[in-house]
Amino acid sequence: MSVWVDTALVLLALTSLLLVASSRLTRCIRIVAFQGSILGVLTLLVHHDELVLRTLMLAAAIVALKGAAFPWLLSRVLQDADVRREVEPLVGYISSLLIGTLMLAVSFWLSARLPLPRPAVSSLVVPIALFTTLIGLFVIVTRRTALTQVLAYLVLENGIYVFGVGLVQGTPMLVELGVLLDVFVAVFVMGIAIFHINREFDHIDTEQLTLLKDWAE
Amino acid sequence: MSLAPFVHLLLALVCAPLLFSVINRTKAMIAGRDGQVLLQPYYDLAKLLKKGAVYSGTTTWVFRAGPVVGLAALLVATALVPFGGRAAPVAFAGDLILFASLLGLLRFFTVIAALDTGSSFEGMGASREVTFSALAEPALLLGLAAVARQTGSLSLSTMYAGVDLDTWVVAAPVFALLAGALLVVFLAENARIPVDDPTTHLELTMIHEVMVLDHGGPDLAFILYASALKLWLLGMLLVGLVVPVRTANPWLDGGAATAGMIGVAILTGIIESCMARWRLTRVPQLLVAASVLSALALALMLR
Repeated sequence: MSVWVDTALVLLALTSLLLVASSRLTRCIRIVAFQGSILGVLTLLVHHDELVLRTLMLAAAIVALKGAAFPWLLSRVLQDADVRREVEPLVGYISSLLIGTLMLAVSFWLSARLPLPRPAVSSLVVPIALFTTLIGLFVIVTRRTALTQVLAYLVLENGIYVFGVGLVQGTPMLVELGVLLDVFVAVFVMGIAIFHINREFDHIDTEQLTLLKDWAE
Repeated sequence: MSLAPFVHLLLALVCAPLLFSVINRTKAMIAGRDGQVLLQPYYDLAKLLKKGAVYSGTTTWVFRAGPVVGLAALLVATALVPFGGRAAPVAFAGDLILFASLLGLLRFFTVIAALDTGSSFEGMGASREVTFSALAEPALLLGLAAVARQTGSLSLSTMYAGVDLDTWVVAAPVFALLAGALLVVFLAENARIPVDDPTTHLELTMIHEVMVLDHGGPDLAFILYASALKLWLLGMLLVGLVVPVRTANPWLDGGAATAGMIGVAILTGIIESCMARWRLTRVPQLLVAASVLSALALALMLR
């Protein structure tokens, strides 16, 4: 079974790298949706020996929210906002990939010297969780549109979730659902915010939002 | 000394051009054509060998040495590559470096022979070839390093003998990553779509073809034969990973490896039928991605 957990984790890392290398916003949305679905499967794989209703429900909620609801919401925003469909990166795709590899190496190095209270499900959990979190941060910093920042925020949250599910067995269901609800609200609000930013300024380029100020000078 | 290691040598030397036919046939079938006869590459080689060569007055001995050195390098490389888990005729610790450097030698001589003609188009092709292979080489070496780490050996023969079904069960994600990386290397190094289009004859877009434009007759035959061998060898590296059939029966292993090789050729034909050549600016992205896959596989091995 651990080989399947490993496979899911490797897929998670690959989707993160793919996100960093893709140029189309719709593609990015699909990648993050796929990553969300992997998280649902990962939840089932980790808890496969005690498959109770709450695990199934949690997995179903993750897949429904991260794999279907968020992508649908963000695609809607993308359609309504009618903005350019490219990512407009500050760091090029190849350099991003190379930096991503570097971050992967750093995550492996860091996780090797991180004292853990108890062994994780798989030795890949901590490095991949760190890596996914780092990729999320990296994308937030280096991509300009507000939409990619929402996507990156989701990736960041995915990383934290992997950390939780792999390390802390038996996190109360209520906590998990609460976090999911928080993320849902955040994405929802950000979706609306993007729409309004776009209507007000005809773009969703966060760089130019630094010019936002009181007009009555 | 048993004759078994030399079976692969013979098989590679005789059957390598057949891979071109298989790829061609696959593409023809998907396009709804009949395709050329399976022996066409052999007819082409025979025709070219019968012809004389024409050398431009501006070229030197470098131009004539290119195809010969390239073919010689690949003949040596053929002796290093294991077949279906069986040891190659020549095997020693570190022969994977020699294998990579022999491929480098072939490339170097193809490139300087192209530069020797003084043609600006050939210079362009040479520049592209070097750029792309510089990016493909890390993917190959990092990938082989991961296999070396898994099997605890530094020789291609023992490395590939150590890859069997059990290692796949234990480390399936790693091997899947490696297979992906090696497939990209296979396509890039052999100048196949999506990196290069082997059938194009537009100087502005081609890479490998443009470098051999001025070669003719036996020289071109050497180049064609060498590229067939290269296709076979890099394909064998991929097949050795993807078809982990390691039984006591050499016929079964060899048969599985040969079937895998034909499978790789068919896969190449399918890829070429359903993809277009990528823009030159996107090719490095693909190659870096392959290197990243290999690096990820190595990182998973090292943990």
